[in-house]
Amino acid sequence: MTTVVETLRLTKRYRGKLALDAVDLTVDEGEVFGLLGPNGAGKTTAVKLLLGLVTPSSGEARLLGVAAGDPEARRRVGYLPELFRYPRWLTGREVLRLHARLAGLDPAAWDEHVAAALATADLASRADDRVGTYSKGMQQRLGLAVALLGEPRLVILDEPSTALDPLGRHELRGIVRGLREQGTSVVLNSHQLSEVEQVCDRVAILDHGRLVAVGSLHDLLSPGGVRIRATGIPSERLSAFGEVAPDGPWLVIRGLGEERIPELVEAVIGAGGRLYGVEMLQPSLEDRFRAIVGSP
Amino acid sequence: MVRTFAWLTLREALRRRLLQALFGLSLLAVLLTAWGYQQLSHLPPARNGQLTRDDVQLLAGLVLILVMFMFSFVLALAAVFAAAPSIAGELESGEALAVVARPIPRSSLVLGKWLGLTIVVVGYAIVASALEFGAVLLATGYLPPHPIEAMLYLAAQATLLLTLALVLSTRTSSVVAGVVSMLLFGLAWLAGVIGGIGAAFRDPLIGQVTVIGQILLPSDGLWRGTLYSLEPRDMLIGGAAAGPQVAAFPFFAAAPPSLLYLAWCVAWVAGGLALAVWGFGRRDL
Repeated sequence: MTTVVETLRLTKRYRGKLALDAVDLTVDEGEVFGLLGPNGAGKTTAVKLLLGLVTPSSGEARLLGVAAGDPEARRRVGYLPELFRYPRWLTGREVLRLHARLAGLDPAAWDEHVAAALATADLASRADDRVGTYSKGMQQRLGLAVALLGEPRLVILDEPSTALDPLGRHELRGIVRGLREQGTSVVLNSHQLSEVEQVCDRVAILDHGRLVAVGSLHDLLSPGGVRIRATGIPSERLSAFGEVAPDGPWLVIRGLGEERIPELVEAVIGAGGRLYGVEMLQPSLEDRFRAIVGSP
Repeated sequence: MVRTFAWLTLREALRRRLLQALFGLSLLAVLLTAWGYQQLSHLPPARNGQLTRDDVQLLAGLVLILVMFMFSFVLALAAVFAAAPSIAGELESGEALAVVARPIPRSSLVLGKWLGLTIVVVGYAIVASALEFGAVLLATGYLPPHPIEAMLYLAAQATLLLTLALVLSTRTSSVVAGVVSMLLFGLAWLAGVIGGIGAAFRDPLIGQVTVIGQILLPSDGLWRGTLYSLEPRDMLIGGAAAGPQVAAFPFFAAAPPSLLYLAWCVAWVAGGLALAVWGFGRRDL
């Protein structure tokens, strides 16, 4: 499988302050890769390093086999910045035609590429209106259209849904899945855990500039468990089923599978306890994320 | 790619009505000054025959110098405040990020912006000056001795200042780039005035202030080129007869800038552009 993104001990310091600390990452062709982390974790710095917008303090990054920083590396890359703004005095179509020119696309195919990008971002009906008349959500859709223009091999989306409404977010997930089906690689930088959880194949978690976890969603997801609400039974009596932790009036038994719930209920009743509720906890990226970055 | 950004800058100036606003206000100013020139022929001494046609034309020449001085200031202001946000503003808003992430050299953005702004500013300088010269000609029959040179010096001064603002725009905020550029423009003019006073009183040390100022930021040197091109012949003769003390008068230039000095101005702009390209190329965005 071809590697589209590769970083080797990629490090960035801003005036001595470490923003990214020796990060090693790879993204394979056709993969949707999520970059997760709390605010200030270094996600945007990592993206900007890949795109040559920021120069590394040490280490290196390669994009589609070319050193990041070389304009050639960005020829087949689409990018939606976190801070998205497009000239207010141009129309949406003009913005896309400008980017088609900047991307070095064949002028004969500009109209076709522009129409496809507008259709994907659901902006065709407003294509000839000036950007200044667009809502924030529409400007983010335009940014998405710009990023998807010309069938790039790699699309980098930095917080792509901040201005989108729930319907727009749903459509965005559909677009990302569509890209994966076409074999396009996507780097999705987000702090929307549900978004990452729903579309990414692999995830890297950054915290304070360090890469603290990387792997497939399956590897990273917490094992889940069972939550019960019961009285008259000490929590130690349930430790045979797994790690027990209080959660308000409930007790959480981590790692317990659904198949052992009847056994758990029997144990509670058998020990003289009174049971008011039992529910399965789904494995959650959020739990894992919180555990990794040490948030309560 | 340079042409793409130059064309984009031109379209922005047209769509945002910057050019329309500048030309509209300039036309108003030209009409007002045309009326003023017309009134010179109707002053009581002129009506009584105490002022000859030559006297009226000399008077018109002096007024034209003051009008063009004001215009050079407006032009400097327009050049600086068009160039100051050109790079910095797009970085502050995030507009530049998606563009610079394309497979283009960053230098094309800087050079394209410079070219587009230069076309706008030089075009405006030439058209507005031509209108003003036309107004004075129609009203009094006077045309300055070197109108083309005067326009070119004005355009060169504006180009120099927009280059300065663009250089600063690649490294600082729009506001800082604009304010610092205007401050330096004012200081360069002041250095010319102070140096002139030094020359009039034969103080070589103070006289050097002009030389140093005109080398560091050649805007005042170019303004003196405009001034010389506008001076009526009688004014030049009178200035020469007045001796070295005339150097203290800020609206008189005894000679045009030398070719060597003009070459320095070209080198200054080229150096400024190189610095802007280098600075923007290395900047973390």
